[in-house]
Amino acid sequence: MALLELRQVEARYGPITALRDVSLAVEEGEIVAILGANGAGKTTTLRAISGTVRRSGQVLFASRRIDRCSPEAIARLGIAHVPEGREIYAELTVWENILVGAAWRRDRRQATEDCRRVLDYFPRLAERRRQQAGTLSGGEQQMLALARALVARPRLLLLDEPSLGLAPAVVSRFYATVRELNREQGLTVLVVEQNAAVALQASRRAYVIEVGRVVLEGPSHELRLNEQVRASYLGY
Amino acid sequence: MDWSELAQQTIAGLANGGVYATLALALVLIHRATGVINFAQGEMGMFATYIAWSLIFTHGLTYWLAFFLTLLIAFLGGVGIYGVVIRPLQRGGQLTVVVATIALLVLLDGLAGWIWSPEVRAFTSPFPNDLVIVGGVVVSWQDLGTIGVSLACVALVLAFFRLTRMGLHMRAAALRPGTSRLLGIHVDLMLATGWGLAAALAAVAGMMAAPILPLEPSFMLTVLVYAFAAAVLGGIDSPVGAVVGSYALGVGISLLSTYVDFITDAPELELPVALGVLLLVLVVRPAGLFGRPVTRRV
Amino acid sequence: MQRPSSRSLAQAAPLVVAVAVFALLPRLVDEASLPRLVEVGIFFIAIIGLNILTGYSGQISLGHGAFMGIGAYTTAVLATRYDVPDAWTIPVAGALAGLVGFLFGFPALRLHGVYLALATFGLAVAFVSLVQSTKLEGLTGGGGGLQVGLPQTPYYLTWGIALGAFLLGWLLLRGKLGRALRAIRDAPVAAVSSGINLAAYKTLAFGLAAAYAGVAGSLLALLIGFVNPYSFPVSLSITLLVGTALGGFGSLSGSIFGALFVVYAPLYAEDISKEAPAVMYGLILLGLLFLLPGGATQLGPRLASLLSLLKVRTKRLYSRPS
Repeated sequence: MALLELRQVEARYGPITALRDVSLAVEEGEIVAILGANGAGKTTTLRAISGTVRRSGQVLFASRRIDRCSPEAIARLGIAHVPEGREIYAELTVWENILVGAAWRRDRRQATEDCRRVLDYFPRLAERRRQQAGTLSGGEQQMLALARALVARPRLLLLDEPSLGLAPAVVSRFYATVRELNREQGLTVLVVEQNAAVALQASRRAYVIEVGRVVLEGPSHELRLNEQVRASYLGY
Repeated sequence: MDWSELAQQTIAGLANGGVYATLALALVLIHRATGVINFAQGEMGMFATYIAWSLIFTHGLTYWLAFFLTLLIAFLGGVGIYGVVIRPLQRGGQLTVVVATIALLVLLDGLAGWIWSPEVRAFTSPFPNDLVIVGGVVVSWQDLGTIGVSLACVALVLAFFRLTRMGLHMRAAALRPGTSRLLGIHVDLMLATGWGLAAALAAVAGMMAAPILPLEPSFMLTVLVYAFAAAVLGGIDSPVGAVVGSYALGVGISLLSTYVDFITDAPELELPVALGVLLLVLVVRPAGLFGRPVTRRV
Repeated sequence: MQRPSSRSLAQAAPLVVAVAVFALLPRLVDEASLPRLVEVGIFFIAIIGLNILTGYSGQISLGHGAFMGIGAYTTAVLATRYDVPDAWTIPVAGALAGLVGFLFGFPALRLHGVYLALATFGLAVAFVSLVQSTKLEGLTGGGGGLQVGLPQTPYYLTWGIALGAFLLGWLLLRGKLGRALRAIRDAPVAAVSSGINLAAYKTLAFGLAAAYAGVAGSLLALLIGFVNPYSFPVSLSITLLVGTALGGFGSLSGSIFGALFVVYAPLYAEDISKEAPAVMYGLILLGLLFLLPGGATQLGPRLASLLSLLKVRTKRLYSRPS
């Protein structure tokens, strides 16, 4: 049984249909990538999972229907969504940002402990814990967004365009961290990327979305060799 | 110059400033949470003060019991106003919410006049009516008490936001509602709590002002103007700024009306002159004294 | 929003009908209700002005009652102290209010958002205190105000000016000024970089809106026959903003609905409940906001969507657009 499953999901913004028919599955412990051009529906797919867009069809998480739940309820079930553009709280300090990540946890003592421990993982953030988060660099902000998501102890991490606007070296460091978390802690990740080369390298399997539909899926190493993917997304 | 008079006027100004500070802090809370100026904030305080009046004079409660009961009622009222009026109208945009707060102002004003009649009521003060001499300066207990209560409330609210988990979540919900929901925060609950807290603060302002100003349905309107001015002076998104701005404004006006002859013989000019000075300050510092420097090239 | 660029006959038709209706109204209604209709015309003029400012340039003004007051006092002073014929005081009132608005606009327009709201709110508060101040009593008559003359019912004069004000506003907004103001409202940075002189246009809009209010105030002074500080309270400014909001920000023709509301809603409120008219007024206002959050211009689209809602019951929306 997959940890996350989408069955014929449709989503719309007012009169505009953004997803027509998306079905996909993510197994526990996998890193799965969603590729596609601008406006193909990648972000909307994540939003349909986390409940921030009106959707129909079935979304199952840990064998439970979540397509009628509110975003905060879905977050509390163990899905952490790191939105596009990181969306950190620029006015709060780094430490406060991380604390907010553990907002819904009832086991407060353990949660605070997790917040401390996540700083060990990101020494750059630990150095700046008292600084306003808005003063961090783009890469550090992306790390902060990741740290903030991790302290919720999610079973599934949704990453939306984490490489956007970051230097290549910073991107590879970010993905190295994600893979490490996946390997060591068994974190399941669904990542949306325009940067197909990076995403295919980091992930085990991938889906390609075009105009709101899944058009291609398979193991990442195979997709990397696929003619169509190479022409459209990898550019060689 | 007579120093004891200066000290006396400063203390009187601080007492008024304390009233402005509680209301200004309420305005800042709402502005951060909902992005609008709540023009009904003063009237919410007025209505709560009338409730306190009823509790004391009709139901025979002691002052402090009525005080805290009123805070509770005001809190629930604020939550209710958010849930019933503000939240549903937020989709219509900010100007719609602003007009809604104006409608609430009219509504509460009318309701108070209807229930308690528009005539002036006497409100009690919990503080003794005598004067006390501190270091050669004659001060009224009334002023000292007002300063004390307002400082306590303001400090309590600021500490709540700085030091508690819920305060942090409320700040987060106000800054980025969408993201906060993704992190599992019940944003609506947080914003409703913010409206409740603001209503309770306004109730404090009303109950502190009522013994000084006569209690009638529109008695909080001037207080609202000053609190609004103080909040803007301090930077509308800065709680500390609003509080400091309020005390500065209270003292400033008190000294202005004592030492500037022009205003001493035409007290009705106090407000226009104060606002004029304030506008000059704003032209020099458009984001207020404590406002965050906003990068805006236009 | 209206597209003023295409001016077809079909678009002019409602205007022609409206003009015909208002030209014939005095024959259809009894004399006692005429002053109310003049009042509607007066508020229509003031709300058009405020709409040019708030609806098109996106700046909120909570002080427009003060400009009406300046216009009214100009008329009163000219008519009583200098024996200027009534009708001639109207353009002077407009010009003077416009000038004050223009001058006030210079410092005020460095501010935006709540800061401008406070500045204009302060103007409304200060106006009341200033005109009743003992220092200016010689000119304004202090708290007692000034008697302008017998109350008049300048119906055709008011509605003639209203038509002119509407057409002028329409012409200005479909031209360079309108384009500039919309650009400023929607994208200030881009507007400046494409060579629009932001401060100049904002100040111009402010002055224009003030002049409209001044003309409206002048007519109001003629209608009620006297002026005093209490005719122009802070709540008048708020009333104007409410009227603009209900008409729909950015809709000149919607302003007529706003004007009708601010004149008639308090009367109906009193009809419904003698004891608590203000409560009813507040409730009516809130009710309208719930029904038409974007103002009267949404009436059409709103009805259409209601109909489609009846056909398809849509599910609850969890999300807000972020």
